[in-house]
This record gives sequence, C-alpha cells and structure tokens, in this order.
Amino acid sequence: MKRVYANEKWCLGCHLCEYYCAYANSGKSDMVKALRGKKIYPRIRVEGDDKITYAVSCRHCSDPLCVKSCITGALHIEDGVVCIDRDRCVGCLTCILVCPYGAVVRGEGGVVQKCELCLKNAVGSPACVLGCPNQALVFEER
Amino acid sequence: MKNYVIIGNGTAAAGCLEGIRSVDKEASVTIISEESRHVYSRPLISYYLEGKTDLHRMLYRPYDFYEKNNCKVLYSLRAERIDPAQKKVLLSDGSQLSYDALCVATGSVPFVPDIKGLEGVGKKFTFMTLDDALAIEGEVSKDSRVLILGAGLIGLKAAEGLHKRAGSISVTDISGHVLPSILDEECAALVRSRFEQEGVSFLLGESVAMFDSNVAVMSDGRQIQFDILIMAAGVRPNAKLVRNAGGACGRGIAVDEHMRTSLPDIYAAGDCTESLDVSDNTIKVMALLPNAYMQGHSAGINMAGGESVFDKAIPMNSIGFFGLHIMTAGNRTAPAEGGEAYEEITDKGIKKLYVKDGRLVGFVLVGEVDRAGIYTDLIRSGTPLEKVDFERLKKNPDLFALDAKFREQRLGGVV
Repeated sequence: MKRVYANEKWCLGCHLCEYYCAYANSGKSDMVKALRGKKIYPRIRVEGDDKITYAVSCRHCSDPLCVKSCITGALHIEDGVVCIDRDRCVGCLTCILVCPYGAVVRGEGGVVQKCELCLKNAVGSPACVLGCPNQALVFEER
Repeated sequence: MKNYVIIGNGTAAAGCLEGIRSVDKEASVTIISEESRHVYSRPLISYYLEGKTDLHRMLYRPYDFYEKNNCKVLYSLRAERIDPAQKKVLLSDGSQLSYDALCVATGSVPFVPDIKGLEGVGKKFTFMTLDDALAIEGEVSKDSRVLILGAGLIGLKAAEGLHKRAGSISVTDISGHVLPSILDEECAALVRSRFEQEGVSFLLGESVAMFDSNVAVMSDGRQIQFDILIMAAGVRPNAKLVRNAGGACGRGIAVDEHMRTSLPDIYAAGDCTESLDVSDNTIKVMALLPNAYMQGHSAGINMAGGESVFDKAIPMNSIGFFGLHIMTAGNRTAPAEGGEAYEEITDKGIKKLYVKDGRLVGFVLVGEVDRAGIYTDLIRSGTPLEKVDFERLKKNPDLFALDAKFREQRLGGVV
C-alpha cells in the first residue's frame, strides 16, 4: 500500500504541506478563499527546530491503535487506509490519547480529523506530497 | 469446522468476532446477546441524551456486521451457566450450546448501594445501557429535578447529557471531589467549576443516609427533593459465570496476556476481567473501551488458533465535559511511591506528568490535550527517559524529542 513518507534531510521547514493539506480538504476551489485570514486545520504538521524539520501525518499503521480504541467505531480501515466517519465522531479524543505520532487532530467544531491520503477529496492523491517543493514528502510503496 | 461461542454483545465481543475472522473465515461463531440490540457504543448513551448522536450513528459497527462476519446472534437470551467439563453453555431458554472455544465478554453491572428507602423511590435508573437512557429520556422534562448518585465518569456524563433536558441537576458523592478515580483535588476543582457554570450543583463529601419517597436525606441532615434519581455509584465486573464454573477470579475474571482464563478453552475480555496494568505492575480491573476491544481482538485470534498477546494494558481515559477535555493515563500515585511529578498550571489548564525509575508512568492533562498519545506511548513502551529529550517533551509532546533513528523508522517506514 502507498503511504506518505517524510525525509527530514530534505525538508525545508516551509510549512507549505500544511497549507496544501488545509486547502485540499476545505472543499473550496480557490486557495485564497479557502485559507486567507482563516485559522487552518491541517492534517499534517511540521515539527523540529531551526536546523531539523520534518512533517508528520498519519502513518496508516498496519495495526492502528486509534481504530481499536475508537469508542464510536467512526475510525475504521478502508483498503489499508485509516479513515474517519466524521458524522459519527463525538469528539471524545480517545484517538488523540493513543496515537503514538500525534497524527490525529481536532478539526473545526471539535470533531477529529486525520490524513486520509486525499483519496476522498478532489485532489485524489496526497496534496502535501504534490505541493512539497523539495520532495521531502513522497507517496509510494515501501 | 470449529465452533466458537461469545457470551456478550458489546465492544469486547465485537473485537473477539473480528479477531476470530482475521484468522478463520470458516468457523461457526455464535454470539449470545442478553440485550435485543445490534452492537452499539455504550459510552454514547450520554451523547444520545445530549443530542450529539442518534440511534443509527451510535451503532458500534454497521448493520451488516454480523452478516459480513458470518456470525449468528442469539438475542434476548442469557447464558446461565458454563459447564467447562462438557464444554457447553446453558441458556435461559433451557437450550445448550457446545463450544470448542468460548469467550466470556459479559461486561460490568452497575453497583447499586444499599441505602435505606431506595426501594420506595419511584423514578430511579441506572446509567449503563441504551435501555436505561431511553427510559430516562421518557421521564425527564424541563421541570424535572434530577439527583445523580456518584460524581465519577458515569455520573458526570449523565449530568452533561441531561443538563439541557432537565430543570435542575444535583450530583452527590462520598468523595470530596469529582472524578475521584482519575483526578486529584486540584484538577477536579477545574472540572467542577465548569459544571457549576452550566448550573449543575454538587453535594460532595457526603452521602445519602436514606430516601423517603422523592426526598434524599443527606448524612448532614439536609433534605434534597428530586423527581428522578440516577444511580451512578460505579460498576462491578460481571464475573459470575466464570466464578461459578470454578474459574479463577479476583474482583474480575483473571486472564493472562493471551486472555485465557484458568479454565481450558475459556477466554475472557473486556470489563468483566482483571489484568496486569503495566504502568504500576499490579492486577486490576480496567473497564475501558479501548482495552475491551483489544482484549477481545486478542482473545479471538487465540481462540481461532492464532497467536496474539495483549500485554500493554494501562488505565487511560479521554473524556470531555462542556468542551473541557481531560486525559489521564497510567499511574498517578507515583510521587507517593518514590517517583516525581512535573506540574504545569496555566490559564489553559493543568498538566501533571509522573516519572518513576527513569520512566514516564502516568499523566493527567486538563484543557490542553493535543498529541497526548506521545506521552501514552512512552508509558506503554516503558521507554527510558534518558533516551529522549524529556525537557522538551515535558513542555510539548512531539516526535522531535525522540531520537532521530526512531523518527526515521516511524516516518520513513511501515509501522
């Protein structure tokens, strides 16, 4: 299965992945309208210091603790992709309590959101990878 | 073809069925369900009353769950007795079921304290099942005065769920502070004040001496009038089937890391069990939904001839009230046992991390809870803190505080 992999040696720390992620999942067709002047809720996050940076998003674990711990059954696996049915999530945040990568986050309105590899939005494959200017993010089989 | 039986139809049972099917697609699997309902999420009953979910969305698995997993469900039947010698379960309609392997996933039962006059209270409910929630929904109105016995997780969730539907809500507990099983006084005070802002009142540090119809006479003599009584004084593991069959039990059914009971081919999972808490190395009942699923899943794999060990159980809770989030994990009594605490109290909330023998063993977060799973993972894995930048982690959980090699493996490989 193809996943998003980060290479910290190539990451510039530009945070563009976060913006592309928020835009791709905004449902809007205009990037400026989607992001300008708004608090953004990306599903990928750049961490690090002034020397080393890298982006963290869902690892789509083969045995995901978040899915096993989800109290509603909203988190589930579709062909290996860890997905969330946001309509069923009640925002208890148990997934945030158990994800070892800090990759599940609260979205707008308190319900949880996470990377679903952009397979369900208009982009169709991870927007963070497409937008990364230095190939520090790749979408491939490993 | 093997024949597997699961007693119970909650989270642990669903985990067990999925565990069995991950190994064996052919075997016969039968679930014995005392409730006449498709598997639903028990913790959602308060969200149901609050209007944050509905009967459809609170199903734990889709409508076609049993069909897709080729599982027969016997609804409205109770398992009365297990005969481990004959490998049979005796049911409430007099019939018997044979098994090659059995999983007991009978959950817990509400603890109802023995208070004088309780039998004379008209509208009294426990808060455990969807039927309880529906019965309460049928009785509560804008004029109702609701009295909740117990300021633990169940009692406070009931209070939150009912606060817009009821006229007034009072919560009483013998403990002097709310959520005594997971919070200290300082953290509990924040939660209590959040409830008080919403108009919920508390009678803490006292008990109900007796009931006189719809009046509760408190231990200090005060009289509290109410219309609806909710009994949320805790739960007890429903271990009697295994206990009566001669299986080893403490407070709950004793299980090993394969979820085996002391009886041959009988497994147990979920709230009815007690098992090893790896954060403090003691055996305890950890009646928590994630543990129930993981135990059930592990039991199912082992029943079907696979190999699965679940040896990372710790107590943990993520719960929110009126938007104030609380997360707790592991052992929070470490400072009294020679450990240390790191505390950070700001206007955004409270953070307390507990360290013992060079390892993170527990934490409590109130308010700010983002990426708490990084802390939880340090507890579950028992990672020595000398291997991480704990000074950085204390302030802010992120992967940067872990070593670069770990990061490369996790962000650059399949996990």
